[in-house]
Amino acid sequence: MKHQLQHFFKLTGFLLLTALAFACRKDTPVGEDSEQGAKTPSLTVKGLYVLNEANWGSNKSSLDYYSYDDGKYTRNIFGAANPTVTLGLGDVGNDIKIYGAKMYVVINGSNKVEILNASNARQVAKLDINNPRYVTFYKNFAYITSYDGYVAMVDTTALSTIKSKIMVGNQPEEMAVVGNKLYVANSGGYNYPNYDRTVSVIDLTTNTEIKKIDVAINLHHLKADKYGDVYVTSRGDYAAIASSLYVIDTKTDAVKKNFNIPVSDFWINEDDAYLFSYSYSTSKSTYLKLNVKDETVASNNFITDGTEALITLPYGIAVDSTSGDVFVTDARDYVTPGTIYCFDKAGKRKFTFTTGDIPAHITFLFK
Amino acid sequence: MIKITVVLLNIRFYFAFVSILGIGVFLPNISVAQIDTAKANQLQEVKITEYKNSRINLSPTPVQILIGSELKRLNSLSVADAIRYFAGVQLKDYGGIGGLKTINVRSMGSNHTAVFYDGVQLGNAQNGQVDLGKFSLDNLEEIAVYVGQKPELLMPARGFAAASALYLKTAQPIFSSGKKYGFGASFKTGSFGLINPNLSYKQKISNKISFLVDVSYLESNGKYRFRYRELAYDTTIIRNNSDVKSARVEATLFGLLPDSSKWNIKLYNYNSARGLPGAIVSNRFTFTQRQWDNNSFVQASYQNKKSARYNFMFNTKYAYSFMHYLDPEFKIQNGCLDNRYTETEWYISAVNLYKISNIWELSLATDYSLQRLNANLYDFAYPSRNTGLVAFASALNLNRLIIQGNILATLIAEQVKNGDQSANRQEYTPSLMASWQPLQTKDFRIRSFYKSIFRMPTFNDLYYTFIGNTKLKPEYTNQYDLGFTYGHTSNGKHLAYLSIQADAYYNLVKDKIVAIPGNNLGRWTMVNLDRVQIKGFETNIQTVWDLAAQLKLKANANYTYEQAIDISATAFRYGDQIPYIPVHSGSARFGIDYKNLVFNYSYIYTGERYSQKANIAANYVKPWYTHDLAVGVNFVCQQTRFFFNAEINNVFNQYYDVVLNYPMPGRNYRFTLSTNF
Repeated sequence: MKHQLQHFFKLTGFLLLTALAFACRKDTPVGEDSEQGAKTPSLTVKGLYVLNEANWGSNKSSLDYYSYDDGKYTRNIFGAANPTVTLGLGDVGNDIKIYGAKMYVVINGSNKVEILNASNARQVAKLDINNPRYVTFYKNFAYITSYDGYVAMVDTTALSTIKSKIMVGNQPEEMAVVGNKLYVANSGGYNYPNYDRTVSVIDLTTNTEIKKIDVAINLHHLKADKYGDVYVTSRGDYAAIASSLYVIDTKTDAVKKNFNIPVSDFWINEDDAYLFSYSYSTSKSTYLKLNVKDETVASNNFITDGTEALITLPYGIAVDSTSGDVFVTDARDYVTPGTIYCFDKAGKRKFTFTTGDIPAHITFLFK
Repeated sequence: MIKITVVLLNIRFYFAFVSILGIGVFLPNISVAQIDTAKANQLQEVKITEYKNSRINLSPTPVQILIGSELKRLNSLSVADAIRYFAGVQLKDYGGIGGLKTINVRSMGSNHTAVFYDGVQLGNAQNGQVDLGKFSLDNLEEIAVYVGQKPELLMPARGFAAASALYLKTAQPIFSSGKKYGFGASFKTGSFGLINPNLSYKQKISNKISFLVDVSYLESNGKYRFRYRELAYDTTIIRNNSDVKSARVEATLFGLLPDSSKWNIKLYNYNSARGLPGAIVSNRFTFTQRQWDNNSFVQASYQNKKSARYNFMFNTKYAYSFMHYLDPEFKIQNGCLDNRYTETEWYISAVNLYKISNIWELSLATDYSLQRLNANLYDFAYPSRNTGLVAFASALNLNRLIIQGNILATLIAEQVKNGDQSANRQEYTPSLMASWQPLQTKDFRIRSFYKSIFRMPTFNDLYYTFIGNTKLKPEYTNQYDLGFTYGHTSNGKHLAYLSIQADAYYNLVKDKIVAIPGNNLGRWTMVNLDRVQIKGFETNIQTVWDLAAQLKLKANANYTYEQAIDISATAFRYGDQIPYIPVHSGSARFGIDYKNLVFNYSYIYTGERYSQKANIAANYVKPWYTHDLAVGVNFVCQQTRFFFNAEINNVFNQYYDVVLNYPMPGRNYRFTLSTNF
C-alpha cells in the first residue's frame, strides 16, 4: 500500500511539475519584423506604406513600410510606433492617404480613423466615426465616407471631431474631388437586392449634395483623371449583373461611357489607368491598361513577364507617379500573409515582399 | 458488510453480463432504505465506479464519462464547462455565460460531433453546431463522449453516423421505497449577476407510470472585467452586451408495459434572449447585436423487454427551432438587419437486434428525417433535406475478444424553392472496432477502431446568400485508433480504483469545407478544399483512494498531444498546425471527500496555438490555464438534506481568449444550494 501511495504521489508530482513547466506564458510578440530587398532610390519618394486589411473581427489590420533608399520592408510598424494605443491599429483597414504632413488611416471595423505623422506613423489624433470607408481631401478639410449614409467633414486643424455630416446615398464608398465638386459612389450594399445606383455630387463651397447621377448598381471605386472625368466601378450583384467600369463627364455630370469590363480596383496615373479584376468562376485575373485621354484600352496585360501566373488573388494597386513603377498586392487565400509585387513601367517584375494578411491599400511618402 | 459484498458481486456480475452482451448498461436502482446514509453513499460510489469502469474498460472506442455525483461537484454551469475535462476535446468558447460554446473532438471540427439528448440526436441542419452553453447540468445524470461511436448495436442509425458523439442523459425518476413523489430544487448565484433557480418534481402515477418535470431559469448580466496589457498600454474593459435570460421546461412521462417494455415521452422547450458580445478590437468595445432562440421538441421512445432474444427500439421526434437575429448597426433603408430562421425536423427511427447465439448478434437500424429551413432572406432557397440512414451492424462477443462492425448507408435528397439544389447523395461508410483481453487478468485490454464517416454540408454551406455553394461534397473523416485500457477496482484497499486509458490515433479529414475568396473582393465562397492530417496521443488516468474511514481522494488527469496539420494541395502554409489546435493540452482534477465535506480542485491547460493558418508571430495565441476550487458541504436541516457548494473559478485571475478577441472571464464565484426531498 505504501508503495502504491508513493507511486501515486510521484505520479501526481510529475503531472503537476509538467503542468507548471507548460505554464509559462510568453508575451505576445511586438510583431515588427523586416526584410531586406531591392533599393530603389528616388529623388522625390521616400517610401510607401501598405495597409493590410486582415480578416473581419481579427483586429490584425497592420501597416507595413517600404523604404526606397535602403530597400528595407518593415511589417507591422504601428505597434512599435504607438505602443500606448490599446489593441493597436485595429480591425480591417480600408483606406490610407497622406495629406500634407499627416497620414489618414481609415479602420473600418474599429470605427475610427487614425491620423498619424506621415514620416514616422506616430499618432497625432484619433477620430471616432461609425463604419468609415474612404477618405479624400479638399483645402483644409478631410472628407470621410461612412456606411451610415453620410460624408463626414473633418477640419485638418481639429482632427478629433466631425465638423458636419453631409447626407448622401446608401453605404457610400470612394470619393474624388474635381474642381469644387466632390463625387461620391453610393453602393447600397446593405440593401441587397435594392442596391443604390447613384453617384452623389457635393458642392464643396456649400458642402451640400446638389445632385445624384444614376450610373449602375452597387458602385464602389471612384477616381478622377486630369481631364475632368470621373471613373467609377460597379460591383454588379455577384450573379446575373456583372461588374463594370463607367466614366462620368463632370462638365455635364452625365455618364459618357460604359466600358463593359469587370474591374476590382484601379489606379490612374497621368494618361494611364491600371485596372485589374479577378473572377472566381474562372480563377483568372485580368490586368488591363486604359488610356484615359481617349478612353480606349491601351494594353490587355500591363504585366509583361508572365508574373501574373504567380498572383493568386490581386487585391490592391498603386502607381508611383515619379517612376511609373506599378505595385500590385496579392491577398492569396485571405488567411495567410500576402505579397506585394513591384513592376517597372514596362511591366517587368522588379521585386516582391511578404506583407501582412490581405494587403490592400498603398500610399506613397514623398520627401 | 456481507450483505453489501453479495450485492456488489451481483452488480459486478450484472455489469459484466450485460456489457458482454453489448446491451446498454443502466444504473440499477437499489433501495437504500435499510442501510444508513453513509453506507448508502459508499455503496453508491462503489456502484458508480464499477459502472464506469465496466463501460470504459470494455469499450473498443475511447469513452469518457462524467456521472451525476461528479457533475455536481465540478466547477461547471453548463455541459460546455464540463466537457473541458475530457481528453482530446477542445471547447470553442466565445466567453461568458451566453457566448456560443461548441465541441471539437480530436480536431476534426465541431460539425463532426453528434450530440444526443436522451438517446435522440439534437439536429441542426442550418449550421451543424449545437451550442452546449444552452444545456445546464441541473437535470443531467450523465455526460459521455465517444470517439468514433458508442459501441452498441441497439441504437438509432444516427448513432453510427458521426465521427464522434456526445451523449447527454437526463435524470430518471427514482423513488425511495414507499414514496410516491419527490422534489428537487437548487439555486445558483454568483458573479455576472447570475440567478439560476432549478426545480424538479417527480411523481408516481401508478406502479407502471411516473413523470418528471424539470424547470429552470437563468439570468445573467454577463458583465465581467478583462484586461489587455501589452506593449505600453494597460486597459481594463467591462464586457458589454453579454447578458442572457433563458428558461427551460422539460416534462417526461415514463412507463412500463405489462411485458416490461419501456417507453417514455419527453417535451422540451428552451427560450432565451441574449446580447451577442462581438470581437473586442481596437476602439470597439461595445455591441448592440441581439439574438432570441426558441427551441422545442417532443420525443418518444419505446424499447421492448431487455432479456428477449429479439430486441426492438423505436424513437421519434419533432423539433422546432426559431432564431431571431437583430443587428441595429447594420442600417438598411427602413430599419436594420433583422433575420429570422425557422428550422423544423421530423425524425423516426427503428432498431432491431437479434441474438443469433450467445456470442453473435446482428442489428439493423433505420432512421428517416426531414429537415426544413425557412428564413426571411431575399431569394432564400428554403431548403429541405430528406435523410435516410440504414445501419447494419454485427458484434462478436468471445471470451476475451469483442469485435463489432457496421456498414452505414446514407441516402440524401434535397429540395429547394429557389436556385440550384444540391445533388442527391448515396454514401456507404464502414466502421470496425475491437477490444481484446490479452492476459489472464480482465483489467487490461487492448483496443482499436477504424471508422470512415462524413458530415454533410450544412444548409448555410450550401445555400447561404452569396457564400453558399450547392456543388459541395460531404466532408470525409477517416479515423484509426490503437490504445489500451487498464481498470482495476480493489475494494478495501487504499487505492480503490485505478483506470488508465491511452490511445494513439491518426485522422484524416478530406474535402474539408472552408471559405475561400469569392468572385468579388471581400466575398467568400464555400468549397471542399482543405485536407487535414491529425496525429495524436491522449491519455486519461482516474484514481480513487480510500485513505481513511471517511476520507476519500479522487485524482484524475488527462493529457493530449496533437499534431493537426494542413496538408491541402493548395495550402500556402503546408505543414502548419491548423488554427486553434494546441499541440499540448490537459487537465487535472483532485477531489477530497471528508465526512460531509467535499473539496474540489481542477486545473485546465491549453497550450500555445495560432489563430490563423500561418504559424507566425502575428497569429500566436498564448497558452492559458485556469485553476478552479470548490468546497461543498452536505447537511441536514429540518430533516431535509441540503448541499451547499462554493466555487472560485480562475483563481489566479488569468485573462485569456479561447477564440481570439473573445475575452474570457477572470476570477469569478458561484454558490449553489440544492436539496432533494
